[in-house]
Amino acid sequence: MTAMQKLLQLPVNAVNIVKTVQGVAQGQEEARSPVLTPDSGQQNWYSAVQPEELRHLRTASTTGGGGGEGGGEWGEDRGTLEEGLSSAQTQPLRHDDLKEMLDSNKDSLKLEAMKRIVAMIARGKNASDLFPAVVKNVACKNIEVKKLVYVYLVRYAEEQQDLALLSISTFQRGLKDPNQLIRASALRVLSSIRVTIIVPIMMLAIKEAASDMSPYVRKTAAHAIPKLYSLDPEQKDQLIEVIEKLLADKTTLVAGSVVMAFEEVCPERIDLIHKNYRKLCNLLIDVEEWGQVVIINMLTRYARTQFLNPNINESLLEEGGEKAFYGSDDDDDDDDDDDDEEKKAEAAALAKRKPYVMDPDHRLLLRNTKPLLQSRNAAVVMAVAQLYFHLAPKAEVGVIAKALVRLMRSHSEVQYVVLQNVATMTIKRRGMFEPYLKSFYIRSTDPTQIKILKLEVLTNLANETNISTILREFQTYIKSMDKDFVAATIQAIGRCATNIGEVRDTCLNGLVQLLSNRDELVVAESVVVIKKLLQMQPEQHSDIIKHMAKLTDNIQVPMARASILWLIGEYCEHVPKIAPDVLRKMAKTFTNEEDIVKLQIINLAAKLYLTNSKQTKLLTQYVLNLAKYDQNYDIRDRARFIRQLIVPTDKSGALSKYAKKLFLALKPAPVLESPFKDRDHFQLGSLSHLLNAKAGGYQELPDWPESAPDPSVRNVEVKDSVPEWTKCTSRKERKEKKVEKPFYSDSEGESGPTESADSESDSGSGSQSGSEESGSGSESEESEEESESEEEEEEEEDEEEERAKKKKKVDKSKPKKPESAESDQSSGEEQKRIRKGGKDRRSGTESESEDESESESSESESESEEESESDTDIKKKKKTAASKPPPKQTKKESKKETKEMSLLDLDDFEPTPSPQVTPVNSFLSNSLVTDLEGLSLTDTVLAPTTIAPSSSVRLYELLHRITGEGLAVEYCFSRQPFSPDPHMVAVQIQFTNNTTSEAKSLHIEEPKLQSGMRIKEFPEIEVLPAGESVNVVMGIDFCDSTQAANFQLCTHIRKFFVSIQPPVGELMTPAFLTENEFKKEQETLLHGQLMGMNEISEKLTLGEKCQSEHVIVERVTSTANLSRVPCGSDKESRFAGKTVSSGSLVLVTVTRKDGAGALLTVNCEKMVIGTMLVKDILQALTQ
Amino acid sequence: MIHSLFLINNAGDIFLEKHWKSVISRSVCDYFFEAQDKAGEPDNVSPVIRTPHHYLINIYREKIFFVSVIQTEVPPLFVIEFLHRVAEMFQDYFGECSEVAIKDNVVIVYELLEEMLDNGFPLATESNILKELIKPPTILRSMVNTITGSSNVGETLPTGQLSTIPWRRAGVKYTNNEAYFDVVEEIDAILDKSGTTVFAEIQGVIDACVKLSGMPDLTLSFMNPRLLDDVSFHPCVRFKRWESERVLSFIPPDGNFRLMSYHVNAQNLVAIPVYVRQNINFFETGSSGRVDITVGPKQTMGKTVENVIVTIHMPKVVLSANLTATQGTYTYDPVTKILVWDIGKLNQQKLPNLKGSLSLQSGAPKPEENPSLNIDLKIQQLAISGLKVNRLDMYVEKYKPFKGVKYVTKAGKFQVLTVPSHV
Repeated sequence: MTAMQKLLQLPVNAVNIVKTVQGVAQGQEEARSPVLTPDSGQQNWYSAVQPEELRHLRTASTTGGGGGEGGGEWGEDRGTLEEGLSSAQTQPLRHDDLKEMLDSNKDSLKLEAMKRIVAMIARGKNASDLFPAVVKNVACKNIEVKKLVYVYLVRYAEEQQDLALLSISTFQRGLKDPNQLIRASALRVLSSIRVTIIVPIMMLAIKEAASDMSPYVRKTAAHAIPKLYSLDPEQKDQLIEVIEKLLADKTTLVAGSVVMAFEEVCPERIDLIHKNYRKLCNLLIDVEEWGQVVIINMLTRYARTQFLNPNINESLLEEGGEKAFYGSDDDDDDDDDDDDEEKKAEAAALAKRKPYVMDPDHRLLLRNTKPLLQSRNAAVVMAVAQLYFHLAPKAEVGVIAKALVRLMRSHSEVQYVVLQNVATMTIKRRGMFEPYLKSFYIRSTDPTQIKILKLEVLTNLANETNISTILREFQTYIKSMDKDFVAATIQAIGRCATNIGEVRDTCLNGLVQLLSNRDELVVAESVVVIKKLLQMQPEQHSDIIKHMAKLTDNIQVPMARASILWLIGEYCEHVPKIAPDVLRKMAKTFTNEEDIVKLQIINLAAKLYLTNSKQTKLLTQYVLNLAKYDQNYDIRDRARFIRQLIVPTDKSGALSKYAKKLFLALKPAPVLESPFKDRDHFQLGSLSHLLNAKAGGYQELPDWPESAPDPSVRNVEVKDSVPEWTKCTSRKERKEKKVEKPFYSDSEGESGPTESADSESDSGSGSQSGSEESGSGSESEESEEESESEEEEEEEEDEEEERAKKKKKVDKSKPKKPESAESDQSSGEEQKRIRKGGKDRRSGTESESEDESESESSESESESEEESESDTDIKKKKKTAASKPPPKQTKKESKKETKEMSLLDLDDFEPTPSPQVTPVNSFLSNSLVTDLEGLSLTDTVLAPTTIAPSSSVRLYELLHRITGEGLAVEYCFSRQPFSPDPHMVAVQIQFTNNTTSEAKSLHIEEPKLQSGMRIKEFPEIEVLPAGESVNVVMGIDFCDSTQAANFQLCTHIRKFFVSIQPPVGELMTPAFLTENEFKKEQETLLHGQLMGMNEISEKLTLGEKCQSEHVIVERVTSTANLSRVPCGSDKESRFAGKTVSSGSLVLVTVTRKDGAGALLTVNCEKMVIGTMLVKDILQALTQ
Repeated sequence: MIHSLFLINNAGDIFLEKHWKSVISRSVCDYFFEAQDKAGEPDNVSPVIRTPHHYLINIYREKIFFVSVIQTEVPPLFVIEFLHRVAEMFQDYFGECSEVAIKDNVVIVYELLEEMLDNGFPLATESNILKELIKPPTILRSMVNTITGSSNVGETLPTGQLSTIPWRRAGVKYTNNEAYFDVVEEIDAILDKSGTTVFAEIQGVIDACVKLSGMPDLTLSFMNPRLLDDVSFHPCVRFKRWESERVLSFIPPDGNFRLMSYHVNAQNLVAIPVYVRQNINFFETGSSGRVDITVGPKQTMGKTVENVIVTIHMPKVVLSANLTATQGTYTYDPVTKILVWDIGKLNQQKLPNLKGSLSLQSGAPKPEENPSLNIDLKIQQLAISGLKVNRLDMYVEKYKPFKGVKYVTKAGKFQVLTVPSHV
């Protein structure tokens, strides 16, 4: 035992020493992998002898495993040697010791054995011979033993496939365990065992787990998919099915893992993403960080295939502008523009026809990824950064710069990767990082590789304005002790000089000064760079060339010597006296030069021969002769070739005539380019980008499509909300596409004229068919628009779905109208229409906007439903209904009443032939309710389910479907007394589950209230099935203030912060007074405690439509929950109410004067309430 | 994704290997050793090394190379970030991330690695979850384990993995409920010879040690949140609330964690707490040089500057230093050519000074480069940016926690150039 411990603690070195002692062959085998090459020969030999002996020797109760044991003993006898000193005799027994421990009944012994085995594995030692003994313990009760056995199994199962099968049944049992964690862990190990024979079992297990109830098990299933795929790629098709299924999963736990599986198994099946795209975007922020990285990278690729390039138009504009003003100076940006200019021109034509409008899904992705720039995980930040770089409009890319600069303060490895990517980005989008220039300044403590990358970034960022700062910074770098870095700095200066014309001379002078530097490397690098610079304008710099000619005496660095020689040869005319002398010196040392220098000497000789043959003929011949016998064949070839060219002989052909032209042709100046140029065709942040070479499994980032693929593929059908009559699908899809646009363009603040033209013709045809087929056609059309507005619109009124179709339609059209401006416009339209008359209205509307056509279809429908009414009537009515702003306080007791009302009051009523008796707060029914209240007010009224909100009660959004991850919550003030506590305002809340899975345990948590405020929570909703809605009522005591009540809305998985802020009018309940009482109260209030302080009077001019008493009454009661007080005068309307919380009286009087003038008087103890109420009523009446 | 992991010490021994997919021979590390030889300094080993069949992505931490083997495309940062998490987890578990600690706890290390990756894809990387699965070793526990044979594997199942707040384990109970927050700021600066600031910025982090029972929901607000320019958060922080109200609202992980890192708005001028007067000269003749350095406090907001250390990388030709320090001690390592002057507390009245001569290799030319000074310092009870925590509120739980905030300012990469100003 002690010996064994000693052995385990032996340093790794020991193994190595032993290794050398052993035979060479064995040593080599070890160096590869002991595990991959089990030495079967020896195994047999050992198993033949050892086990027998052992049993006799030890008299231990060793159990079975005789056949299997004794494998791989050659790894063992190394152990023998190591321990040789301590106890040579027992050595071969070491593993048997472990086996014995594993076979014992004590968990502690087993555990000890397993720990040692795992320690062996960790050190890379072979423990495969213990397999049979270990595998028996797979069903061990002790969790740690079990876990370690799993570790062992996963490691060695591949080599001992047959034995590994023994364990399978244990895992299969585990898969059925009621505990989700055990199911998951069984699947995890089962799928990690790389044994081909169990592929069908794995497949089955994965499929089953994919539909497991527990999201954690489903996550494990997602993890298992790539494992199975790598084991048997034949299973791909089946696995794709599972992936498809799991992609539809709505939990954050699964999302990251399944996308990872998708990327490994079928990254080309981008079509699987369509339906899940929006969900993934919305879940993203809650997915764990590693999953986020995978999802963002995948979505980048997806977006490249599905959306249009957001920069089409911008790059066009820019290109034109830059060309005109800067010419070729701005090489970085323009170069690539040049390349695909043709393509751009095409795009330009395209763009002119159709202004670019960003797909809202594209926007959704950008919006939802942006917060992740704040992640602590560098990989997530990088993923978002590359997404923005590849997908965002140019103006928005800037946001990533700050986050990337932040990453530079992280570990040096992170810096290294980030700088590589920043270097690529700075080439395309320099402006983005310019404000952060100083963050790329180099510190003496930076590792060299980081310094060089920073230098690259600084060079890319250099422009006319900041170059002087950068050059001064570079000057300090040149003094660094790190010579590689200094060389890189000199190169960088050279690049700045070529890129920015203004500083070329400055740089050149600076570099020339460096020529006198003591460090040869610095000088050499400078020479090379100067050579490149001089090539641009040699005439002006003959003195520099002379200076450099002198350097040949001192500089030994071959590259530098070669550069100088080339320069002198090229510009020998500028230095006619020095050049031959240099050649003379070089001829002397020719044999000792490096090859590149020799080649340049030959070049120099040839050029001089051509320009100044008198002085250099002999020298040239001498050099060529030396070269002829050089060891290097390149040099011999070159010499032969040049001799033929420049020395005219009989044999030499026509070419020698042109020798001068050949040698002394003007050479284009080299372009000093960033090594990061054009690297952005690799997806940034990827391994391939970093290596600038395609890594295995890299998925190309596709080019933007010329025209956007059908965006409707991402629409998710919400089955329940689309009634059966929408099943004329083919037309639906076509329509959806076209009609969608105007919605989007709204949100983008643009609306293309072409688009509305599209939708026009469409709806035109729709309504025509509608008129012929008596309504059914136009109805279906209507529903299409509905279902789509559900998807796209920010507002939803889902509860309407269960109601009469008709009503729904009207409601749906509401949110499309922005409140005031639109209604004006449409009322104008209305008048126009009346003038035109009923007959030709169809043709008339053809030229009108989309809004009209929609309301038109509602017209045609209403026609079919209410045939009895005259055309004009309906039309008028319907128009107003559709074009009214949403808030409506009208409620009807019955269909009949509705009709009456609409006849009376054409302006303000939408016909609502709802058969339901809706609870009540219209001005008419108030008294009725009061009566009922007195008689039979029971709890039933308050039971949440019985209160169905009428469509005309104003709905407020509590939680939007998008932020609520499919859970939409709206609320309204039902104006019912809240029975559990009369001091509370009843708030009716409607939950709609738009997801496809159940929402569970909806309840309220952690209210954060102003002091005094109270909440009576609604009873927890246990289950809300997919696609369904439910209404509940909660009470809030707002303390007669309009402060918002904040609380958390919780589901079983998520919490949402929400708040309800009541309009002042909802803080009261009707009070029922007689005329006399009213007057009395008014006086008390006036002359009582506060002496007039609390009467607020305001003169007003009634709005055009509010001239009649009816309307006034309706407007006031819809604004505030008051009841009307009977009144003798028809010029006066009186209303009374009490605040809910404190019961203070609120009295409102509206007195009409001549014409449109009126006087509004509010009496209330509470100043604030009074003032606010006056404001609200004024607004309602003057509209 | 991540295929295998090898841990290699400075001597080039592979002391741990772990494979998540099929086994890859450790000979693959030869490519790494090759790159290491070429790079010289460990810092200069390229984080990504290409071999014919694999890619090696490595990090260097605490004198250990973490070399991971990759076979297919994967974002390099993904792997690098993960490897750092592994190192941090070791630190968290064993108190230090060293070869000895890893070797001593090899079984726990193996169990951890097993849980952190599944098939090469990260599975559980939250410390809270892992600690539920695998208990960190303590002296007491290891003693108990040896006596009773019980294990360090958690008996409970890792319910944390199932929850929507995976960073917090369930059922936390403390008798003393306490929450401590350390606001640690670092000044990164480059000063030139005359003391002018070439570049300065402040990075800060808020490290938290939260030991609260149950599921507390905390809200931390600042007096002056506008100071913060760029922030990054622990996943527990609700980003929406930060955006709208500039408060940190979060359900904290249990124990130690980094709540946020921030960068202070660049527009605010950075107060530089010390000034340095220095003169380092090398003479053309006589193979000698002179050093004269004085350090004094500058904008310290009335706090004492402590732990001041000046480090100078001398040119290669400097053989030895013969100096006198009026305060603190100095050492010169002739091998690494590093001069370290440990000053300690800065005294306003008597400014510490280091003065004396350097002897150079005879015959060698005068060194051209001028070494720069790296300064280390610490100021307690001060956040140099002026950031102040306003209050910490706790919701959901009823008890009253003990709350504490500590401020510390340190020097980050604080460099003083010995060449004249160029700005």
